[in-house]
Amino acid sequence: MTQYILRRLLLSIPVLFGILIATFAIARLIPGDPCTAALGERATQAACDAYNLRMGLDEPIYVQLGIYMRDVLTGNLGDSIRFSRPVFTIIIEKLPVTLELGLAALTLAILVGVPAGILSAVRRNSKVDVATMVAANIGVSMPVYWLGLMLAYLFAVLLRDTPFWLPPSGRLTAGLSSIPFYRAWGLPISDGTFGFPIFEFLSNLYILNSIITLNFKVLFDTIKHLILPAVALSTIPMSIIARITRSSMLEVLGQDYIRTARAKGLRERLVVLRHGLRNALLPIITIVGLQVGTLFAGAVLTESIFSLSGVGRSLFDAITGRDYPVIQGFTVVIAVGYVIVNLAADISYAFADPRIKLD
Amino acid sequence: MTATDTLAAPPQAVKSNSLLQLTLRRLFKQRNARAGAVILGFLILVAIFAPAIAPYDPTLSLLDIEPVTIRQAPCIHLLGCPEDQAQHLMGLDGNARDQFSRVVYGTRISLFIGFSTIGLAIVAGTLLGAIAGYAGGWVDNVIMRTMDVLLAFPSFLLAIAIITILGRGLQNALYAIAIVNTPHFARLVRASVLSIKEQEFVAATRALGASAPWILFRRILPNALPPLIVQGTLGIAGAILEAAALSFLGLGAQEPAAEWGTMLGRERGQVFTAPYLVFYPGFAIMFTVLAFNLLGDGLRDAMDPRLSQVSKAK
Repeated sequence: MTQYILRRLLLSIPVLFGILIATFAIARLIPGDPCTAALGERATQAACDAYNLRMGLDEPIYVQLGIYMRDVLTGNLGDSIRFSRPVFTIIIEKLPVTLELGLAALTLAILVGVPAGILSAVRRNSKVDVATMVAANIGVSMPVYWLGLMLAYLFAVLLRDTPFWLPPSGRLTAGLSSIPFYRAWGLPISDGTFGFPIFEFLSNLYILNSIITLNFKVLFDTIKHLILPAVALSTIPMSIIARITRSSMLEVLGQDYIRTARAKGLRERLVVLRHGLRNALLPIITIVGLQVGTLFAGAVLTESIFSLSGVGRSLFDAITGRDYPVIQGFTVVIAVGYVIVNLAADISYAFADPRIKLD
Repeated sequence: MTATDTLAAPPQAVKSNSLLQLTLRRLFKQRNARAGAVILGFLILVAIFAPAIAPYDPTLSLLDIEPVTIRQAPCIHLLGCPEDQAQHLMGLDGNARDQFSRVVYGTRISLFIGFSTIGLAIVAGTLLGAIAGYAGGWVDNVIMRTMDVLLAFPSFLLAIAIITILGRGLQNALYAIAIVNTPHFARLVRASVLSIKEQEFVAATRALGASAPWILFRRILPNALPPLIVQGTLGIAGAILEAAALSFLGLGAQEPAAEWGTMLGRERGQVFTAPYLVFYPGFAIMFTVLAFNLLGDGLRDAMDPRLSQVSKAK
């Protein structure tokens, strides 16, 4: 097992290097001079020379690549052109929003998708099965932003003045604010304290923050704001998970050991869940890992619909505002996160299927 | 089983013909695939006869032509809209253009996007994958590691990054989507080439003195076709969805093009006051993507010999 994990870790190193080279290339391939992008169109030649010298842009390209890699590895992602703030700080601020949204959507997708898939497989060709699969086919074909807008219209306009009303934008109702847990607890932590970014990051996860500070008003408000975007974002992963669960379960349920389990008189529930699902889990884990990319694409769109200031929306704003350091920094973080998630999925196979040890 | 197959192997042409017939017969036995084919057929007809179906020019503002206002609600005579008013099945958009005509014409753009991007990706992916699989060694390594890096990015993010480099517009969005999809086809073709190139009929062709490209294109690639068709059909669904999303964000097709994503993006702020302007283009996207997904799933089942045994046993 350890050997398998180690080998898998080593294999991802070249991919990570490839990502760094690709993001470096993206920044260099973008039309326009980095100096005029940073200092404005009317920057003088002297100012540009000084800028190039300071940023190491006068060095040969391979030295620039080296500097870039060293910076990224030490957590220095440069400064945003538009906000004159370190990209790292912006990520600490925006990532929790996207993380919260993505995790909520993924949880929803698994909680609905897996049982729906199991039910479909167990009652194969029944009305339930047909209805589930039709819904899954439609769900996987739906544009996220369209569903988001329609849900917002349904719950914020048509159901206004009913208990089902839900807010169509933002993270919190105006007037409410989430007090960081370190401040609520009176910890002596401020900008500059060692480990401040970690505290900042954790406190920006509103659900976590409001649970540990026992602020239930903020908690319920956050959840209320999260429902529509999370539902919109979860449809595609949910449909895919339901389909994979169904086909994987169908394959497993046809095996001899399932017949044996039934023959020895086990209850159907145990047969399906312990003997069936456990063995059908591998493809499901793979597909859940792969959904992270889908979730991210959806996050760009969902955050834009529901006015959530997360990574997706900020990245999009950076692209329209030609804020190259932000584009580059966010791309690296997202791609690395994607590799890590896929790695985690691969490693979790080893736990789900002990046979992989022998590999 | 394999021995009798090889011994009694009929000439290539006859075999592939019967395989095609078999696949089609299996395909149309499935309800889903039939539904997908019917929807797709309908959409192709709409695309071809768009000028006859659409009552108005999709880019024409009706402000100076008819007594209308912008974002006018749908007027359907059958549903009680006064006969003396001009009929606008899906209302008018922010520039007072007939939404129904725009949705109808949008079919052309979306189908074109789907077929052209995936067509390009299949050609590029097949070439790269075939070269990698057939040549092996360092060529294989360079090509496939590059593909791995492309796959390491979430595809939509990569498409956005490519558009940042190339610039906005429908054409660049098409290139971006084609590039993003290429690695999937490269992997698929490489895997097929690796498994087929060791088989006896390829060795026999080589012994007869055939050149490497000839073996590759006439013997190996035709046999790698079934998974490509399945992946291609499902890929078209994804490509249409991605292109519409890019256009929705303003990175793809630009005004005044009657592209569904662009139409949605332009009117998204009006969803609370004029929901019909958002509903119909999005529904059209879903309908089209659904057709390709249903057909792709059906093709996969029809081409998978394992599943045919299951259905026989049933």
